[in-house]
Amino acid sequence: MWPDERVVRFVNESFLPARVHVKDDGQAFQRFSERFRAPWTPTILLLDPDGVEQHRIEGFLPADDLLAQLMLGRAKLAFGQQQWAEAERRFREIVEQFPQTDAAPEALYWAGVAPYKATGNPASLKATGRAFAERYQDSTWAKKASVWR
Amino acid sequence: MPINFRHDVDQVLEDAKAQRKPVLLDFSAAPM
Repeated sequence: MWPDERVVRFVNESFLPARVHVKDDGQAFQRFSERFRAPWTPTILLLDPDGVEQHRIEGFLPADDLLAQLMLGRAKLAFGQQQWAEAERRFREIVEQFPQTDAAPEALYWAGVAPYKATGNPASLKATGRAFAERYQDSTWAKKASVWR
Repeated sequence: MPINFRHDVDQVLEDAKAQRKPVLLDFSAAPM
């Protein structure tokens, strides 16, 4: 939902935004949809500075969910660049600001992984496994974190 | 305030590399 002011501000501050339109840019759409394997609209790809996909959002989402997904992608970009502390901070922001969205349990999972990647200390994984015992119990991410308890 | 979408995707990808900034690439069917 692009008209949402929070989404507009976050996108303009965080990314170089580009658009290919299925009808108005038909040739460009065909070329880039093949290159990035994105045949459906709407699809949003978040690419790192070298053009490598780090996150994909397919289909319409209400504003809160879209913003949470964009934040998740921004956090994954930091994770992909091994900026572990920044990645953890960004993942935890999603859980705090948008706890009801589908992005939140995924963010909680990766917020536990980032400090482990930084230190090799499994304490953050164990803590995340315990956190999933109390919230998002029905999510796929709780199942994935269940081995950490 | 609108999103500053650009349509020259090849140039955006080049600029991202030079500026070390991530890209949001929107495949859209929304009315322009």
